Amino acid sequence: MSQRRRLAISRPVTGACGKTGSWRVFSPLIDREKCNACGLCAMYCPEAAISEDLAIDYDFCKGCGICANECPKKAVSMEREDK
Amino acid sequence: MTEIPREEYILKCTSACAGCGGTLSLRYVLKAAGRDTILVVPACCTSVIQGTYPNTAFNIPVYNVAFASAAACASGMSTALRAAGKKTHVIVYAGDGGTVDIGIQALSGAFERGTDFLYICYDNEAYGNTGMQRSGATPLGARTTTTPAGKTQPKKDLDAIVAAHKPPYMATACPAYPKDLFQKVEKALSYRGPTFIHILSPCPPGWRFSTEKTVEMGKLAVRTGMWVLYEREQGKVTINGPSKAAMVKPLPAEEYLRAQGRFGGISAEAVSRMKDDAAALAQRLQKEEKGIC
Repeated sequence: MSQRRRLAISRPVTGACGKTGSWRVFSPLIDREKCNACGLCAMYCPEAAISEDLAIDYDFCKGCGICANECPKKAVSMEREDK
Repeated sequence: MTEIPREEYILKCTSACAGCGGTLSLRYVLKAAGRDTILVVPACCTSVIQGTYPNTAFNIPVYNVAFASAAACASGMSTALRAAGKKTHVIVYAGDGGTVDIGIQALSGAFERGTDFLYICYDNEAYGNTGMQRSGATPLGARTTTTPAGKTQPKKDLDAIVAAHKPPYMATACPAYPKDLFQKVEKALSYRGPTFIHILSPCPPGWRFSTEKTVEMGKLAVRTGMWVLYEREQGKVTINGPSKAAMVKPLPAEEYLRAQGRFGGISAEAVSRMKDDAAALAQRLQKEEKGIC
């Protein structure tokens, strides 16, 4: 075991690159009234930060805006963060 | 229709740029490949975005190797696994620099030996990881940090080079069509022998467009005919739906080129040459599909 530990092996962890949500300038907000739950936003999210029930994980969402751009119902809006 | 599994093999979150096309592609590649997979990654964006030691965001075994050796390494790994009676998928996930320039001799060698692995080239048309230097895959007229006035040579036809090795399966894909990409990876892994998938991966900082347009840019590339989605099974070409539609009624190529900052100063001759090349490729593929040549 002690020998094994010397090998340079990385272990999978959530948040291996820190909380990337701090990169965000604009935050996506889903308007549930307009949303028809097609799931395209979750499908196209490069980081899989949108869950199956379309809840956005703001700890990790980088604010790229693909979800807002691809939403056929225009139910996702990008709001500027006040930091 | 194929159901895409919910399981994610990339944990939140990689350090890829916002709106990265390469990460989006990798999500679907790993969903199609499943848990029993080893990823071989040469120097490229994917070797950087995993996170810092001792942590990694990738929930499958990843072997990071030197730039030129990805295909050779995967080929050896797959031979060893098959000798041990294991069916583990070996997938190379390499950038365009590591495929068309530096890794091409290892790629050619491994395809000639015919070992059982899948080589995926995700192509953002420059060395993105080191700050967008030109590569062999950079298209004509594109500005990069080493071609500030636009590249004067056309893109290397990698697919023709790979097709010359007569692999059992090869395809092109784009993350703007994730289901298509998913099915192609599944199909490639079902074949024994070396298989190849070439993914056009839009890159917001490198191509100079805003981050939300990644998927839109991928769709534009296909709809303008600048990128053709097709697959070649045992030598038989099939052009996929979106590209078939684009061949009947293409959007003007300018729509794709104008949307990107890297084509800012492109000359009219370069545009017409790119259009001619795209038309010639479309014609060649249509002929091959019908079995004429």
